[in-house]
Amino acid sequence: MNSVHDMGGMHGMGPIQYERNEPVFHEPWEARIFALNRAVRAWRTWTTDASRHAVELIPASEYLRMSYYEQRLHSLVELMVKTGLVTRAEVENGRPAPGSPKAVPALIGSAVPGMLAKGRPKNREVRVAARFKVGQRVRARNIHPTGHTRLPRYARGKLGTIHLDHGVYVFPDTNADSLGEKPQHLYSVGFAARELWGEQASSRDAVYLDMWDDYLECA
Amino acid sequence: MEFLVNMKAAKHDHGHQAVPSNLTLRVKALESLLVEKGLVDPAALDALIDTYEHKVGPRNGARVVARAWVDHAYKERLLTDATAAIEELGYTGEQGEHMMVVANGPKVHNLIVCTLCSCYPWAVLGLPPVWYKSAPYRSRAVIEPRGVLREFGLELPEDVEIRVWDSTAEIRYLVLPERPPGSEKLSEEELAALVTRDAMVGVAKVKLPHTAANL
Repeated sequence: MNSVHDMGGMHGMGPIQYERNEPVFHEPWEARIFALNRAVRAWRTWTTDASRHAVELIPASEYLRMSYYEQRLHSLVELMVKTGLVTRAEVENGRPAPGSPKAVPALIGSAVPGMLAKGRPKNREVRVAARFKVGQRVRARNIHPTGHTRLPRYARGKLGTIHLDHGVYVFPDTNADSLGEKPQHLYSVGFAARELWGEQASSRDAVYLDMWDDYLECA
Repeated sequence: MEFLVNMKAAKHDHGHQAVPSNLTLRVKALESLLVEKGLVDPAALDALIDTYEHKVGPRNGARVVARAWVDHAYKERLLTDATAAIEELGYTGEQGEHMMVVANGPKVHNLIVCTLCSCYPWAVLGLPPVWYKSAPYRSRAVIEPRGVLREFGLELPEDVEIRVWDSTAEIRYLVLPERPPGSEKLSEEELAALVTRDAMVGVAKVKLPHTAANL
């Protein structure tokens, strides 16, 4: 979706605000919402792609106003309500609905190190033919999906070169929307800075994006 | 100079201090609901926070960089299969499942960004700083990397090629900075102590302490 989260190349966002000796969390609630997101994720009622999409669905003006962790609070609630882990009334009241069953946590404290060490690999050991070869010239498709996509606007329609074939990975556009993993080749694609930004860019510079087969066409 | 002003401004405006009490209450209410429903274990929350506050952070990445500086064979492995080479040092898993390391050199400088959200190599750098997640960095790193680097105090000559890596998929990037001149006699451990988070994102170079003091 063409919302404000897709901000590569936008103007008007101001200078970078650097903080020396920045703490990992600025407020205790930030740490708690970070941890709540990871712990609830263990229920596997949604995918990583769906959680990114839930953040993108925050109305643009709100998205820009909110901090990172406020966005994550918002998206966590929306996903839990959507997938039935909680009801909106329960969130508003701060307590379980009368008579609702009590679950056993999907992630207990002692399981945290193992869960983090394992991670969640997104590559898939399936045989899928690669449509492009390293060194090949390609064009990023000029598409404007209204759902989740990881093809930024600034690269659409632009010419690039396949730099690497990463192998077969889950396709986010379908996986975010319960349409399946549709595993396919993922490539590192290099774009000359001038192809993306015109003469103002340095002729030496380049931007590399990771792009799935479905984002690309022959140049 | 402009940079110093910005840093001062940052102290007063993270964009998330305007309504802390409201957010504190909302998160507290949500946590107690989820605990009462048996959906989360408070001990798991504490363990997650403790991990990223005290155990997983840029020191991990610094050890990877220092090893690559002193061990040529390791550097080769790191640049061909970063995930496996990083795992050799025990760093693996969450947001480090698929790693790629890009090496800086005299004529090449790499910069990491995620324009679409805030993807970052947690396994080697921990959680990202606010500036990395912010709209200014995400919007500008791809269109004017030289201007962004200048704001970080890094002016690169015109003949240096800048490669910006936009983390649009599940591959997580780490910059292998150049080993600073004059560091030949330092041990691997001493070298690791010089390597900063910023250098591994690509917004700074690694410097010897006396060089930094002269600035």
